[in-house]
Amino acid sequence: MALLEIEGLHVEVEGKEILKGIDLVIEPGEVHAIMGPNGSGKSTLSYVLSGREGYEVTAGSIRFDGHDLLEMEADERAVAGIFLAFQYPVELPGVSGMTFLKEAVNARRKAAGEGDIDAMAFLKLVRAKAKGLGITDEMLKRAVNVGFSGGEKKRNEILHMAVLEPKLCVLDETDSGLDIDALKVVSDGVNALRDPARSMLVITHYQRLLNHIEPDKVHVLARGRIRRTGGKELALELEQKGYADFVEAA
Amino acid sequence: MTTDTNTLPLVAGEDPAVLAAGAPDWLAALRRAAIARYDAIGLPGPRTEAWKFTGLNAVKALTPVPAEGVPATELPPAVAALDGPRIEIVNGRLSALPAMPTGVEVVALDDPAAAPEWVRAHLGSIASFETHPFTALNTAQLAGGVAVRIARGAMPEAPIVLSVAQAGGGETATIAHPRVLVVVEEGGSADLVTVFQGSGRYIANPVTEIAVAEGARLGHAVLQAEDAEAFHVSMTALKLAEKSTYDGFVLATGSKLARHEVRAELDGEHIEYAINGVYLGADGQHHDITTFIDHARPHGTSHEMVKGVLTGTARGVFQGKILVRPDAQKTDGFQMNRALLLSRDAEVNSKPELEIYADDVKCSHGATVGELEDDELFYLMARGIPRGRARALLVEAYVQEAIALIGRAPVRDAFAAVASEWLDRHVAGVSGSGE
Ligand SMILES: Nc1ncnc2c1ncn2[C@@H]1O[C@H](COP(=O)(O)OP(=O)(O)O)[C@@H](O)[C@H]1O
Ligand SMILES: [Mg+2]
Repeated sequence: MALLEIEGLHVEVEGKEILKGIDLVIEPGEVHAIMGPNGSGKSTLSYVLSGREGYEVTAGSIRFDGHDLLEMEADERAVAGIFLAFQYPVELPGVSGMTFLKEAVNARRKAAGEGDIDAMAFLKLVRAKAKGLGITDEMLKRAVNVGFSGGEKKRNEILHMAVLEPKLCVLDETDSGLDIDALKVVSDGVNALRDPARSMLVITHYQRLLNHIEPDKVHVLARGRIRRTGGKELALELEQKGYADFVEAA
Repeated sequence: MTTDTNTLPLVAGEDPAVLAAGAPDWLAALRRAAIARYDAIGLPGPRTEAWKFTGLNAVKALTPVPAEGVPATELPPAVAALDGPRIEIVNGRLSALPAMPTGVEVVALDDPAAAPEWVRAHLGSIASFETHPFTALNTAQLAGGVAVRIARGAMPEAPIVLSVAQAGGGETATIAHPRVLVVVEEGGSADLVTVFQGSGRYIANPVTEIAVAEGARLGHAVLQAEDAEAFHVSMTALKLAEKSTYDGFVLATGSKLARHEVRAELDGEHIEYAINGVYLGADGQHHDITTFIDHARPHGTSHEMVKGVLTGTARGVFQGKILVRPDAQKTDGFQMNRALLLSRDAEVNSKPELEIYADDVKCSHGATVGELEDDELFYLMARGIPRGRARALLVEAYVQEAIALIGRAPVRDAFAAVASEWLDRHVAGVSGSGE
């Protein structure tokens, strides 16, 4: 059974249709890339998947791991296994990174009928995951994303993902704003999570990320629809030719 | 003569004229002046600018009797756990006076006639009743209360807790006029935690006068946790001398209607003044925080961050005036008023005022009113945290950011706990039905 099945999805934002009929099926363990020009609706798709308010689904359906996703609140989707690594991670002044993550972990445990995680076990878990991402104890103590550089914010997103172990990772332009070293750290972090039972939807504007995270399939999203689907060689082709063909074709 | 004027409708029991008659000359003169002033100005009416956001009809409708008996109150556990001496004022009179650490002197004002020189020098001279009827009323009835002196160079380690409690009535409201004088002498340093509490229906009209001498410091955290049926109108008046520090904070959680007013005269160079605070309002509560900062001399700094959280039909009022006199060059003033509205029916009025007559100063002020940020809420929910819990975490962070401004750690922790407890009761519960 497919992990994610999107069928005929139409989405409006403030009365304007942004997604105009998306069909997408992701099997467990697959990595799909979505590429496309700015403003084509990539982030919109990621928000609709994760349940952000303000995105009106006017037609279509999304099934995820046996759930009717569109019937679920954002927190329920997260607990069910959807994870969005934000294009622009949000700063939460006054909310410590550790408190935030612990709340997220305990929400999952609660849904599974388990008690809160042991404080020491939690600290150990987070420290172990943070180490590989070059996230220091000092960063963990700070308020979520407050005072973080662009690269630190993206690494922090991957830390959340590593700790929460989702079934579907949606990465929205996780490569934007990263230098080559940071890109390597982030990609290694993502690759470490590749698993036959875990799928990924990697949204990017550039092909370079896909050198590090190799996709099984590449989709081109333009003007609200998937205009082409291919293997990883499609990314290379796009890198050379750009999106002109897709933007202009009316 | 305006029709708003009321003549002593709040004075019950002890006749101020009688009180004045039995007092020594200096006190009788003070009371007589206060009575005369109160007669002249009366209670504020709807056209009184300083009170335009805080209506007093509900107060005026009462015919209160003097507070008597034992209020059913207990200090919040976190405050009770502070390991300092505890002074208790009940119904306006000193009721418990523990042993004080070296360098701290406390006298009851029950017999102001016997007041030592340091009391006479300050009592009634800091809190002006010229334009403030409630202060005039308090002064007119000046008979109870307490004066605290931190002697020259004394530095008591533990915070002194001053509990001010009042027994209210059921049908009939009570009234009390607690009076507090705090004098910190040259080079002294102390922390004071004032807690206002009570039970039942009552009007609390406390006046606190504070003098901080040269090079002295006072950390002063006020918890206004009056009964939900109570009316609280308080005045804190400060006179600060050169190189002194006042680290003030107010946490207001109680009362049906409360006005917490703080007036500070920065009468010396290099004064560091802070008046920060948080008000938390639920149901139909009305919180008014009114402050006046008078920068009279050069090189003073003032810091004022007041945050409010309002649910239900609660209402918040912030009026903050900063006056920088011509002589107060190099003044550094910061004022920020923020309010978080958690319901559509909550409301806030914010009136910041800067009046600057010096040309070489740095003063900033601002105000924000809003709801929780959608993108912050979504970020928490996208990690699996349920809406109610996400809201609670964000509100908690918002409030604790202000409470973190309390300089003294044990006091800060105690106030953080009191605020958390309020948020647990009023935000975590309400937010479940978030939409
Ligand atoms: N909250 C919003 N309000 C109005 N328009 C929006 C909003 N979010 C996105 N859009 C519009 O939707 C389109 C797609 O945006 P987005 O999904 O962010 O594209 P991408 O991520 O591919 O760059 C753009 O035209 C953008 O202006
Ligand atoms: Mg985008």
